[in-house]
Amino acid sequence: MDFTLTPEQILFGEVVAQVLDDHCNGAALRRLMASGQARDPSRWGALSDTGAAGVLVAEDLGGLGLAEIDFLGVAQACGHAGLPEPLVEHAGLATPLLARAGGPADLLDQALSGQASLAIGHPINPFVADADTAAALLLEHEGEVHLVRADQAQLIRQDSVDPFRRLFRVGWTPSADTRLLVAAEGASAWDQALDRGALFAAAQMLGLAQKCVDLSVAYAKERQQFGKPIGTNQAIKHLLANVQVRIEFARPVLQAAAAHAGRGDLHAKARISHAKLAADAACDLAARTAVQIHGAMGFSWEVDVHFFLKRGLALSHAWGGPDFHRARVTRRMLSAPLGPDQTFAQGAAHG
Amino acid sequence: MDLSYTPAQEAFRAEIRDWLSRHVPAAPLPSFDATREGFEAHRAWEATLAEGRWGMVTWPVEYGGRGVDLIEWLIFEEEYYRAGAPGRVNQNGIFLLGPTLMEFGTPEQKARFLPPMASGEEIWAQAWSEPQAGSDLAGVRATATRDGDDYILSGHKIWSSRAAFADWAFGLFRSQAGSERHKGLSLIFFKLDTPGVTVNPIARLDGKVGFAEIFLDEVRVPASQRLGEDGQGWSICMATAGFERGLMLRSPARYQVAAAKLVDLLKTTGRADDALALQAVSQAWMDAEAYALSIYATASRLIAGGDIGPETSTNKIFWSELDVALHQAALSLLGARAELRPTAPDAGPVGDWLDDYLFALAGPIYAGSNEIQRNIIAERLLGLPR
Repeated sequence: MDFTLTPEQILFGEVVAQVLDDHCNGAALRRLMASGQARDPSRWGALSDTGAAGVLVAEDLGGLGLAEIDFLGVAQACGHAGLPEPLVEHAGLATPLLARAGGPADLLDQALSGQASLAIGHPINPFVADADTAAALLLEHEGEVHLVRADQAQLIRQDSVDPFRRLFRVGWTPSADTRLLVAAEGASAWDQALDRGALFAAAQMLGLAQKCVDLSVAYAKERQQFGKPIGTNQAIKHLLANVQVRIEFARPVLQAAAAHAGRGDLHAKARISHAKLAADAACDLAARTAVQIHGAMGFSWEVDVHFFLKRGLALSHAWGGPDFHRARVTRRMLSAPLGPDQTFAQGAAHG
Repeated sequence: MDLSYTPAQEAFRAEIRDWLSRHVPAAPLPSFDATREGFEAHRAWEATLAEGRWGMVTWPVEYGGRGVDLIEWLIFEEEYYRAGAPGRVNQNGIFLLGPTLMEFGTPEQKARFLPPMASGEEIWAQAWSEPQAGSDLAGVRATATRDGDDYILSGHKIWSSRAAFADWAFGLFRSQAGSERHKGLSLIFFKLDTPGVTVNPIARLDGKVGFAEIFLDEVRVPASQRLGEDGQGWSICMATAGFERGLMLRSPARYQVAAAKLVDLLKTTGRADDALALQAVSQAWMDAEAYALSIYATASRLIAGGDIGPETSTNKIFWSELDVALHQAALSLLGARAELRPTAPDAGPVGDWLDDYLFALAGPIYAGSNEIQRNIIAERLLGLPR
């Protein structure tokens, strides 16, 4: 029993966080928003150079053959930065799915290098994110996994409150040519994608929550009223302390969920769902607290808070909303043994 | 990250489970905070635990422990709560003063005080707070005046848990005349039956006499009963408070067992299909799990050589709020029976939920109020200005 992350497990997150420090501050977000472009090519290039897309791809296919927990820090860093580009879905979900489903080697190589990005259309999400910039889309049809080239799909843009979320309804025709996996094999691939999607959404929300606290602390130290920084007031301190408590008690759930994510059993799924609920609650409270502490500025586009509030709002309902995940927690709670000796229980796979 | 128990850890669990199955009293002991009889029954249980060397498993073997690490301590606690074993009447001693004594005590003090603490022969109360020194503990006014090889203790201590029936207390005194605030304080032990000590029990919200006020009127104690240096009292207290809030006072198993009982109550009251009830219960269960995972993370970090920091404050807020919410959920399931004492003829199986709820309301206050903890988090963890 050792509940600490190894240096290797935090390495990728730290590398990506460093790239984002250099390439994804508030000014960079504003610049991209003003440009109307989908992405910043130099940032995408720098992120691709970290090799993050290979983390969850098997070694014999050109990846690193690592596990969910090794990618956790990447997703947290992307949340903390409010990254516009779809690194989490491309590297954490779509590329590993393409590899697992035996997709074309040349496309996989391009995905691993970041030269091409992939989008994923999971049935739990009504729309496909970043489909317009993807070279190809991984789509579901009756449990099967299909690979559809961008020029084979019709995309209808759906406006999101998040200026960087690019959502699309995708029109396409499944065929034997597009099919990568039949339903018997596809079901578990989609199941794994859902667990990973929820897990990495939770990690992003935890990063977003901490970003909201960081921005609020900086603002409360600087903003003066009644002749002193507003952060000297207990009314401000206690709001932020309450958020930090939520963050501190979402983090170990997220880490434990990541450590056992690969099992796919009743317990692992419930813990992923718990992690998403806890990160969602922390992120929601953090974003609203940040708006409150920034006062009228927080209700405007003058400060960066709105980027993070909107991303949190989107992720709360992506990859299963609170009701979906509460139901998964409840199923485990009501059907499997409870108690202090069951904290790290594992069991048979459960749908 | 390896979230599986080693064979040695599994064997440890099996050993304590087996021992508890043969020793835990079949009927619950009467409360140690209500009567002398209940207190003494718990003292006898502490002796039984000590005979099995289960009193404080993390302590060194020479003081009656097993010298195991914090993961095994967690396993012990899990099995202890799982078995429904009696509450620890000497928790002030074994969880708070014991670790502090090991860090700051002289060899003579350790040899004198730790073995009878471990065996329950001497049960400890904490005497820190005063009527004018609660959250602002540095406002302590009780004095310790040096007189040759002795100190003369005078003052008024209050909210001392267990003091109604305990044998000893560890108190915070101003030992340097004219000193102010955090300076000039010393931590000094005194027997509660020393001439000049008067103990007045105080009724708690639940009607028990779990704490007391202590009047000290020129109480003479040997200077060898001072822990650490004269004037070092504040830093020793803060070290103790770190143990208290951070790790040992409320082990996660306590809430995991309560949450499991809550789920049983949800089922037996037929409310598993009631969305509101289910939401409250599942939140309590998740929070108990989150607390357990967090403590496993902290324990692992400490074993790897880390220090305990401001997470003592986040922990304290989390478990105290979890405890209140969990019991609120239970009372809500009991509905109109929630207000009934278990002695009411038609109470039915209401259990201890009501008393435990009332006790839970103390959680956000004791061991440093949650408001003080929020200040600590904001200033020391987040770096907001004072």
